[in-house]
Amino acid sequence: MSAAAGVPDAIPGRRPADVVGSLLRRGGWTLGLIGLLVLLLLATKLIQPSYGLRGIQGLAISVLPLALVAVAQAIVVIAGGIDLSVGSMMALTSVVSAVLMENQSEALSIAVVIGVLVLGLVVGAVNGILIVVTRVPDIVVTLAMSFVWAGGALYILNTPGGGSAEWLRQLTLGSVGIEWIPRAAVVLAVVVAVIWIPIRRSRMGLSIYAIGSDPVAAHRSGVPVTRTKVIAYMLTGLFSALAGLSLTASTGIASPVPGPYTLLSVAAVVLGGVSLTGGRGGVLGPIIAVVVLSLLRTDMTFLNLNPNLATVAQGVILVGVVMFGSLLQLRRSRA
Amino acid sequence: MTATATDLLLEARDISKRYGAVVALRSASLAVRPGEVHALMGANGAGKSTLVKILTGTVRPDGGTISIRGRPRTIHSPGEARRGGLVSVYQDPALIPDLDIWSNLRLTATPLSPFREWLTELGLERLDLSRTARQLPLASLRIIDLARALAAEPDVLMLDEMTAALPANLTERVLEVVGRQRGGERCVVFISHRMSEIASVCDRATVLREGRTVGVVEVTARGAAERIVELMLGEILGDIPAQPEAAARGAARAGGETPRMSARGLSAGTKLHDVSFDLYAGEVLGVVALEGQGQDELFDVLSGSDRPSGGELLVDGKPVSFGHPADAIRLGAVYVAADRAEALLMQRSVRENIALPFTTRLADWGVIDVRQERRKVDGAIERLQIDTRAQREVRRLSGGNQQKVTIARWVAGGLRTMLCFDPTRGIDIRTKHQIYILLRDLAEAGAAVLLYTSELKEIQIACDRAIVIYGGRVVGEIDAAHADEESLLRAAHNLPPDAPTPEELAAEAIAAETGGGPAAGAPAADGR
Repeated sequence: MSAAAGVPDAIPGRRPADVVGSLLRRGGWTLGLIGLLVLLLLATKLIQPSYGLRGIQGLAISVLPLALVAVAQAIVVIAGGIDLSVGSMMALTSVVSAVLMENQSEALSIAVVIGVLVLGLVVGAVNGILIVVTRVPDIVVTLAMSFVWAGGALYILNTPGGGSAEWLRQLTLGSVGIEWIPRAAVVLAVVVAVIWIPIRRSRMGLSIYAIGSDPVAAHRSGVPVTRTKVIAYMLTGLFSALAGLSLTASTGIASPVPGPYTLLSVAAVVLGGVSLTGGRGGVLGPIIAVVVLSLLRTDMTFLNLNPNLATVAQGVILVGVVMFGSLLQLRRSRA
Repeated sequence: MTATATDLLLEARDISKRYGAVVALRSASLAVRPGEVHALMGANGAGKSTLVKILTGTVRPDGGTISIRGRPRTIHSPGEARRGGLVSVYQDPALIPDLDIWSNLRLTATPLSPFREWLTELGLERLDLSRTARQLPLASLRIIDLARALAAEPDVLMLDEMTAALPANLTERVLEVVGRQRGGERCVVFISHRMSEIASVCDRATVLREGRTVGVVEVTARGAAERIVELMLGEILGDIPAQPEAAARGAARAGGETPRMSARGLSAGTKLHDVSFDLYAGEVLGVVALEGQGQDELFDVLSGSDRPSGGELLVDGKPVSFGHPADAIRLGAVYVAADRAEALLMQRSVRENIALPFTTRLADWGVIDVRQERRKVDGAIERLQIDTRAQREVRRLSGGNQQKVTIARWVAGGLRTMLCFDPTRGIDIRTKHQIYILLRDLAEAGAAVLLYTSELKEIQIACDRAIVIYGGRVVGEIDAAHADEESLLRAAHNLPPDAPTPEELAAEAIAAETGGGPAAGAPAADGR
């Protein structure tokens, strides 16, 4: 019984050591990303010795909307879809929240926040239902709907404006407990822990992975495929609304023009180890990927690189990392 | 022997289904009693798979009723079927590749300890549930799927080609477990091509033909295998042109003619093990095989889509190695697939589709000689009598006309060897005949044609001789002119032509055991 990892699949049943190995393999991509992040932080400190507490806090605040939208994109990609309207949904929910909250009481602003989250769910449901009912590919439907939601945002507010409740602004500023833990990071962790983790652990979460992995097998296993897909899109809408709210909170106003968030979210999902064909990955990888991407940009600024070149470099690094990953996978499947 | 409606566990009555103009089921019925293992049989295209899809809720019937335990039910999805007490195990397991086995069990709310017990019964006790389905071999997945279904304790368990490509020891275990379901409260619907399995575990068999239930056979009765074959076949179509020159050609071959294409011990993948044959110019060589006996892999290798893992392929006596279909086409070996969508550019015109193979040859790159192209294309269209009313987009043509286009493009470009894989699948009878005649004409003109067909009748009509493939090996050769359909079907099941079949022997043994059949008088069972 000197069975090692290389034993062919003909003998099912393995020892605990192999189970640890498999855990490492499955979480390997995320661990690698964390390693990359640590290296980047060290590099940042080398390039800019004054980078410290304030840098970390600034990073957390600037990363929050992008991290939330990366989670949004990750959920729908895991379910085998893709949502190109997340940026527009962010703009729409941000504008609605800023317009309704401007100069309003605290109590009302809480109602507005809840209302905006519901709006996110509804908008996501519209995307999902259109895809399921018309059977038009996800990418086409969400691209079309991105214009609808962006247009809606501009209709409500045609120049940047509105306001944010003070408590919402404070939610992302400063730190919690010791000053090295930025409040924005805690907010992110709490939101993901409260919404995504219970779902992930339930049959609903399994179903989301199942329909992304193999819709036919999922159907045969008794999973309601279309309903699950709509729910995945609703969750994406919900997290996009959270991202929109965090935009309002961090800037104090809302802009009706969608930022570069849609494509960045796809990049973060890919870099975060979520398979674009669905069924594989998690939300932690994309969140770390977002931090990595932002930090890269910061470093390039510190290095006084031409910002246009910095964008080129970002793209090259993205392609490089993803290619490295698929090469690893190819080698493993051949071994 | 009659059972009233309330005695039946599963009853499907007069189920019908049509897809556009194609009638898949006319009037299919199935009645299964508690404690019974019931076989569902039928030749390819008889409507078996459509009936299964309807029973499991993947497809909605146009008419008919389904009841479980006497209560009528409409089944909209496999999930609903499962809740109604009907669980299926499919040929391709319904396990989610990216989830581990634990999660897969949770997804279907399968109780764990009965699952473990069934797994042990089926010979897979040492399974690590934390592995993802993707990491496990297909055979294990099938067993897991079956154990999961058994653990759910369904009223009706439906096994669709459960034993296909399962190793012999696992097949034995599965059959044993299925056999033990007899006599209980529940029932099993067992779908298989293998007569010996049917004979060893089933009580009765329902036979479908052309979308209709044509009979229910007591499997344990004497001569049941014959009766089933008879029912599956029905009457044989007339107007079969004989192939009188076949014998003469055989004589010419003995004179040392070099075969156009020869295979020597070809193997590929897990299904094709050892196939050798010679294909001569001027003949149509048939391939007789049940589904999944390795013929798919064989044609992939011959057409250059896949590399063989062993053996040798010769064209005109010289060894060749195809790395790409283009290599095969260069040597004049062209492929006609059953699935037209694999071969055609569905959104493009008939003309472009026919012209594609010869305009993409490297030497012809550059400006296309339109006049020459038109001449070739027109010639091919006329020769194949393609209905060109909807020629702007190939996808609007009927299936038969689409298939004619795939053949026409090779005819227009010139060919030496044509590899046809079930070319008449889902095509109307008139077009089928045109295709047979065309294949004969091509052979007359000096081409070599290899024809696999799921319809055994076609072997007699179109072929000179046929090889039989079973379990990835060539097990025999038949002179098509003298083969009737029954002998072909026997050959396809790898049964000897005259000797008592294993099914008969098995049926006798079972009858002897239960003491109910007339075969109880066999010497070995005599009390002394």
